[in-house]
Amino acid sequence: MNEAIFARRKRANRIGLALSIFAMACGMLFLFWILGILLFKGFSAIHLSMFLDSTPAPGSDGGGLANAIVGSLLLVGCCTLISTPIGVMAGIYLSEYGDKSRVASITRFVTDIMLSAPSIVIGLFVYALVVAQVKHFSGWAGTIALALIAIPVVVRTTENMLRLVPGSLREAAYALGAPKWKVSLFITLRAAQSGVMTGVLLALARVSGETAPLLFTALNNQFFSTDMNAPMANLPVVIFQFAMSPYENWVNLAWGGALLITFAVLGLNILARVVFREKVQG
Amino acid sequence: MNAIEIRNLNFFYGSYQGLKNINLDIEERKVTAFIGPSGCGKSTLLRSLNRMYDLYPGQKAEGEINFYGENILNSNRDLNLLRSRIGMVFQKPTPFPMSIYENIAFGVALYEKLSRSEMDDRVEWALNKAALWGEVKDKLRQSGLSLSGGQQQRLCIARGVAVKPSVLLLDEPTSALDPISTAKIEELINELKTDYTIVIVTHNMQQAARVSDFTAYMYMGNLIEFGKTDEIFIKPKRKETEDYITGRFG
Repeated sequence: MNEAIFARRKRANRIGLALSIFAMACGMLFLFWILGILLFKGFSAIHLSMFLDSTPAPGSDGGGLANAIVGSLLLVGCCTLISTPIGVMAGIYLSEYGDKSRVASITRFVTDIMLSAPSIVIGLFVYALVVAQVKHFSGWAGTIALALIAIPVVVRTTENMLRLVPGSLREAAYALGAPKWKVSLFITLRAAQSGVMTGVLLALARVSGETAPLLFTALNNQFFSTDMNAPMANLPVVIFQFAMSPYENWVNLAWGGALLITFAVLGLNILARVVFREKVQG
Repeated sequence: MNAIEIRNLNFFYGSYQGLKNINLDIEERKVTAFIGPSGCGKSTLLRSLNRMYDLYPGQKAEGEINFYGENILNSNRDLNLLRSRIGMVFQKPTPFPMSIYENIAFGVALYEKLSRSEMDDRVEWALNKAALWGEVKDKLRQSGLSLSGGQQQRLCIARGVAVKPSVLLLDEPTSALDPISTAKIEELINELKTDYTIVIVTHNMQQAARVSDFTAYMYMGNLIEFGKTDEIFIKPKRKETEDYITGRFG
């Protein structure tokens, strides 16, 4: 090997490596900056009463986020119950039945558009469709808006995960005389189970931080309420309102809520990775 | 008696003709082997016998495949029922992502309503048939994927046997296995032929000579020679067959 070429390659390698590390450091810097500020400002706001008391009235002391936490859990929970079956079934259709058909191609295209649609547009859509019709904001409207954001994520991950299942596994099931729906449901979907679960968890992580679609739909509620037909408190909108308020206790609660939601999303993402890794290792 | 009689079978992948006018009888409770170089059509022929090709648009077969007198190429034929009568084991082991027990119960439950204890018996019977019972009887609840390659393949054979088909199609069942597992499966084929008609595709000429009663040599989509395995291997009638078997070609 020519010494000069070798030296030049080593130099090029070092420069490339340095640039990559710099790029990574930029990304990490902002991530940890955000996490650091959140921890610094939010940690002091986290105390027991945050989980027990509802959001305070303007001017009153103390208060917590109990109504917003429960509201968020309800909204995201109902969203999961709606979007998982629809998304998984649509994914099964695209991968196992539709394949290259026209309907499937159009569905895939529309799903991709929905994936990147600004969430505020979806909020407005549900406002026009539901809120303007029944003339009041409600938890259901919020759930529908969140579900519309979650469904495309679930559809595409389900389809992709099902496509990773080797055709030989399907053939083996057909070879026993199994009808197509049984093959799809009990063999293919089961083989892709953890990948599909990962998709659902990622969709959850995505919607649990959404604010814009809830502004037009679930709005907010100062009081503790589990009535899905009434406006419902939720963490993102509370953070939005409290962070811009002049009251110090409100701002503190906003930091606390932001910290809570960030770690919930982080937790969901880590859980998704763990679930997926278990499958890959058999 | 013939289990399957193939008459004037032509097979098309789109416009490409994969099989050309095949005529062949497969005798009941015997082992028939398809041999030939890669791409000769032997797997295509095997996959026509349970109409596995039907899963893929653009593939079609013309002619007749009579299974105990009934032409399975008839379009009104119920394919699921047909496949429960003609089982298949593939080249790569394909255990389902479920327990060893469920792997076997899945196929059985498709066409039979069995009580819990009847199902237990059936699972044990099938695993015994596949010479696997002794190795897995204490871990029936474990995933089928936890078994070794050779065990997985025997599990797939057990799964195929459990639904009590009359014909078993084996598509290069040992090409992914080590010699010891291969020997076990060949032994198994010998035992299974007392109850089942077996058709095996193999790349391994010695294997065809060891396990089969009849051999079909195929080349470029044509059936070149078909006859008793002893005759094909000892004194083939056609020069091409002799060249292939003796390793001068392919």
